[in-house]
Amino acid sequence: MAAKEEREPLFSPKNIRLITNPINVDNPITKQVLGICSALAVTVKLEPAIVMAISVTAVLSVGNFIIALLRNSIPSRIRIIVQLVIIAALVILVDQILKAFAYDVSKQLSVFVGLIITNCIIMGRFEAFAMANKPWPSLLDGIGNGIGYGLILVIVAFFRELFGSGTVYGFQIIPDSFYNMGYVNNGLVILPPMALFAVATIIWVQRSRNKELIED
Amino acid sequence: MKPIRNILDKIKPQVQKGAKFHAFHSLFDAAETFFFVPDAVTTKGSHIRDGVDMKRTMFTVVIAMVPALLFGIWNIGQMHFKSQGIDFELMDAFLYGFIKILPLILVSYGVGLGIEIAFAQSRGHEVNEGFFVSGMLIPLIIPVTTPLWMLAVAVAFAVVFGKEVFGGTGMNIVNPALLVRAILFFAYPSAMSGDKVWIAEKADAFSGATPLAELTAGHSAGLSPIEMMIGAYPGSIGETSTIAIAIGAIILLFTGVASWKIMTSFFVGGLSMALILNFFAGSFPDNTYLALPAWEHLLIGGFAFGGVFMITDPVTAAQTEKGKWIYGFFGGLIAILVRVLNPAYPEGVMLAILFMNIFSPTIDYYVIDANIKKRMKRAKLLLNNN
Repeated sequence: MAAKEEREPLFSPKNIRLITNPINVDNPITKQVLGICSALAVTVKLEPAIVMAISVTAVLSVGNFIIALLRNSIPSRIRIIVQLVIIAALVILVDQILKAFAYDVSKQLSVFVGLIITNCIIMGRFEAFAMANKPWPSLLDGIGNGIGYGLILVIVAFFRELFGSGTVYGFQIIPDSFYNMGYVNNGLVILPPMALFAVATIIWVQRSRNKELIED
Repeated sequence: MKPIRNILDKIKPQVQKGAKFHAFHSLFDAAETFFFVPDAVTTKGSHIRDGVDMKRTMFTVVIAMVPALLFGIWNIGQMHFKSQGIDFELMDAFLYGFIKILPLILVSYGVGLGIEIAFAQSRGHEVNEGFFVSGMLIPLIIPVTTPLWMLAVAVAFAVVFGKEVFGGTGMNIVNPALLVRAILFFAYPSAMSGDKVWIAEKADAFSGATPLAELTAGHSAGLSPIEMMIGAYPGSIGETSTIAIAIGAIILLFTGVASWKIMTSFFVGGLSMALILNFFAGSFPDNTYLALPAWEHLLIGGFAFGGVFMITDPVTAAQTEKGKWIYGFFGGLIAILVRVLNPAYPEGVMLAILFMNIFSPTIDYYVIDANIKKRMKRAKLLLNNN
């Protein structure tokens, strides 16, 4: 190289935006509409939702990093298989760690940890970002999208647990006196369709606050 | 009407744009159009078929509901006194029923209209009479003991997500009143089913199961066909009396507000499914529901009410003439199918109608598509012959 390439600072504004954009305007669930399936399945209670959010963030950021390292040596014809191998390895790791250190939650999440492999956010980010960017920005992109995904999961799970079970993170929030007065937990909120309504409401609020997101 | 006009004229300047109470202009518009015909006329080529407008259509439906409502009010009182073993006069029953139903009606209208006005205001639309019918239908299709806060939650949810997100009156995909019932049914099943909820302040010893629940449990309905028709048995407030509903049906059909095609095909669909199921009654002696005479299916539960007031809702029904036949027929068919074969749902009318609401655009699409294809064929034939 003739001219020495100017090094970009690790947390340049551009890189910071890689984390903040997916949390707000480019959210994987509300804007890219990826990963809806797991948002339905694990958001009945807050605890599994948080664990799920952390797991996906871990898999996504590490996976993004590895793919970005390998991006120039992956033949494009078999890239999907290579990506899947990496995701699968990471997911198995996460699954084993959960089984070792958080057995109850891992049992609650059951098959959905394994199904992180099929989470569209991960493949989506690998294809759209990590295959074309350097490792460091890819890592940040993975963290940002993971947090953006987790944020929606946590919001949805918070309301579903509060109205569906009267608790938040397992602690009873709605006092017994309410129940004595005839309050009943909303059984509809426990059912999967309600997660769609919750996500839809978040999208509604987000788009009415930020008119640029409205599509024709 | 003169004094009302005077009051409205006095208020009008204060809600104009820029005036002090402009925030309330939607409410004022709603009140004004409720009492007086709006003077707005079409400016470009109008297509007048009839002098009927939305207000009159809606009002006709409400009038058609009055017999079922009155019977429902009497039935609330009658069932209450009967379960307690108290002798009562006709007026006692009416009075008791009226006291019980009034809060339901007020909550239904209050919450629903409140949300409609808020949305109309924020969007700059006019408030229209869309909720006038729904607000009256809702109390008629729920049990009398429904807690008011549950009703308020369900109405709010249904009006926002069933109607306003699609653009308000005339834009909704599913029937808002039925959606309220569906939400109540799935969110608070204990308040919407069982044998405790159908009679207000029921004595414990008295069985309050609906005929449908009895049939699902494998007993007989315990009613003669005449009793089924009169309707003095436990059930949702307005659904029990087939005679009262039939009077409503005559009003709706005579004025042309409801489509006779949808209504007829709904009952034909229910009848034919029940006949098919009767055919299998011999092979499955465990399910006694199968053996219920087909025409009795039309008399019990919410079948008649759904067929007259719910499936005929012009907004959610199929729009094409051929589509109306298909739409109504499958509505009745599925209603009886769910009722008899799914032990979790003793009544299938609500789910069947909501299901068909979702499918009506698809039905219309294929009816229109078939018509286009038919005419294309004809056009091609003509072209080839020349």
